[in-house]
Amino acid sequence: MENNRFIEKLLAKAKEETPASNHYKFLKNNAITYLKDNGHPTQRHEDWLYTKLDTVFEVDWNLSPTTLSKISNIDEIFRCDVPDLDTYRIFLFNGYLYPEYLPLPEGITIYSIKDLWQKNPTLLERYFFSIAPLNHPFNAINAAMLTDGYFLHIKKGARADKPIQLINASIGHVPFLINQHNIILAEEGSEAQIIGCDHTLSPTKFFNNNITEIHLESNASLEYYSSQNTHNENNLFSSIYVEQLSHSRFYSNIITLHGGMIRNELHVNLNQSGTECSAYGLNLTDRKQHAESFTKIHHRAPACKSFQYYKGIFDDDATGAFTGKIYVDKEAQKTEAYQSNKNLLLTPTTKVNSRPQLEIYADDVKCSHGATTGQLDTNALFYMQARGIDRKEARMLLMYAFANEIVSKIKIQPLSHRIESLVNHRLRGELSRCANCVIKCE
Amino acid sequence: MKNILTIKDLHASIEGKQILKGIDLTVNAGEIHAIMGPNGSGKSTLSAVLTGNERYTVTHGEVTYCGKNLLEMAPEERSREGIFLSFQYPIEIPGVSMVNFLKVAVNEHRKHKGLEPMSAADFLKLLREKKELVGIDSELTNRSVNEGFSGGEKKKNEIFQMAMLEPTLAILDETDSGLDIDALRIVANGVNKLKNANNAIIVITHYQRLLDYIVPDYVHVLYNGKIIKSGTKELALELEEKGYDWVK
Repeated sequence: MENNRFIEKLLAKAKEETPASNHYKFLKNNAITYLKDNGHPTQRHEDWLYTKLDTVFEVDWNLSPTTLSKISNIDEIFRCDVPDLDTYRIFLFNGYLYPEYLPLPEGITIYSIKDLWQKNPTLLERYFFSIAPLNHPFNAINAAMLTDGYFLHIKKGARADKPIQLINASIGHVPFLINQHNIILAEEGSEAQIIGCDHTLSPTKFFNNNITEIHLESNASLEYYSSQNTHNENNLFSSIYVEQLSHSRFYSNIITLHGGMIRNELHVNLNQSGTECSAYGLNLTDRKQHAESFTKIHHRAPACKSFQYYKGIFDDDATGAFTGKIYVDKEAQKTEAYQSNKNLLLTPTTKVNSRPQLEIYADDVKCSHGATTGQLDTNALFYMQARGIDRKEARMLLMYAFANEIVSKIKIQPLSHRIESLVNHRLRGELSRCANCVIKCE
Repeated sequence: MKNILTIKDLHASIEGKQILKGIDLTVNAGEIHAIMGPNGSGKSTLSAVLTGNERYTVTHGEVTYCGKNLLEMAPEERSREGIFLSFQYPIEIPGVSMVNFLKVAVNEHRKHKGLEPMSAADFLKLLREKKELVGIDSELTNRSVNEGFSGGEKKKNEIFQMAMLEPTLAILDETDSGLDIDALRIVANGVNKLKNANNAIIVITHYQRLLDYIVPDYVHVLYNGKIIKSGTKELALELEEKGYDWVK
């Protein structure tokens, strides 16, 4: 089988480690069996119709090394900071949790997944791959060749007084496959804001195959922000799996500023009544970049609300896709579920596929979905020109207005201002020349 | 007297269809010209061509604006040089705030004149002054450009923008359409306050009504792409009484 060769080659590189626990051994073996049986997906698969998988499968990946040398100039390496944003800052280099960070607030602990296999396997076994299915090709790769990741434990009633910022930095001289696996456990009544930042610090090819499983117990509230600003040789797959118990609230806002091939998956199970989920996303792409959002929101209990708003701006030869599925089970009466996807195509050579999908089995629900793709309004452009604004600037104002509908939904003020300015630079094509960035993108 | 606009034998088309078939018009500083004519005579095409709307193609003729070849200029250059069009149908721009839009526009005009961008305080002061001048609702400038504005508000907003940019040549394209009598008076009042000996106004309208408030020095009748009759303000009254069939 043609598409097994890549998998075989990859698996051969996975070192025989002493398995940390029998449970992990079991999962790993299942994952390997799945991969051997199924190979990697191709664009013939329904869920992978639009993903440019070649950029992943053409590369001879190395697995991220297991030892992490001490990094002395951490602040110097990571210079794309957010001014005025006071956070609990934690680094992950090539998927490994960097062990030095300032203490987190009371009731909140972070562990490295690798450490936790030794220290508290019972806790980890309960949550590791408990939501994310193994019969998903990239999840199986993640399980079979796990790098590391974090386990963020927010105990009952704990509240983070400022956002917890997790900075994922990829660095290296050879192409790396990084299988990061994160778990966030937000216990009953806890509240936290998480900011995930993805960066590449060397111009090498990377494949970040990240999974984040998020458990929200009853009345917990979690805001999850993601700012993805990586170079255009980076492949970033980020799959977020969320399980929500009664009256919990989940909010996500994923801003893709730059990258090579990006696929953001969001799977949310609204398992108990009274839960709310809001998901926002913005994809900004140009040249040959690809950015794709894939969501599955599953209403499994009555009186839950979900709201999705995803937008994208595509320039040059960029491509993108949106696949959004809402399932409403028969039991999930009084569901409110909304979804909207809007795309702006700046050139005739960009291509976007949008697939909003609804499957409703309950009869007392309010649901809507919609998608648009369009160009900049030429009448609006002329109107602005007729007031003395040059065409380039007029285009900027329109693009910025389009993007701002998502950016303005960021509830952390300094982050929102920072993203606003990054989006502005991005739309002006200046991000790749960003003064703070060590990568000069071609 | 300073010449502002000279149009010579102007022909223009849209999508291959000839609309303007030889327009001649001279506008000097301090003058108000009214262009009247039935639907489809080419009135809006003339304003679109003068402001550089690229959907229209000039097939023949020349236009000189303050001694410069107008037809060579991009729309934004024309605006910065002092041409202003009050749109018949102002465009809604969701997500772009009036304040930001005007700030960018005003500063582009200043840059063109070699001036520094305006300070935030000065800009807000100017905004306040001009809002009072044209009597527009203070809250409108906090909204997106024309979004959700009523027909009357949109037209007032055009004149407000005219006040902000202080043009040398203002073209008012059916500014009276969709306005009730009170709004018409306010809009006309605003225009009259902005009028002086150094600028000029072209008023495009179907009806005499607006010309009671903005009194023209000259009235031209546009029919089938040509100016077929010119006169003083009395011509407008005569047209109102006798209809366009009278001049055809």
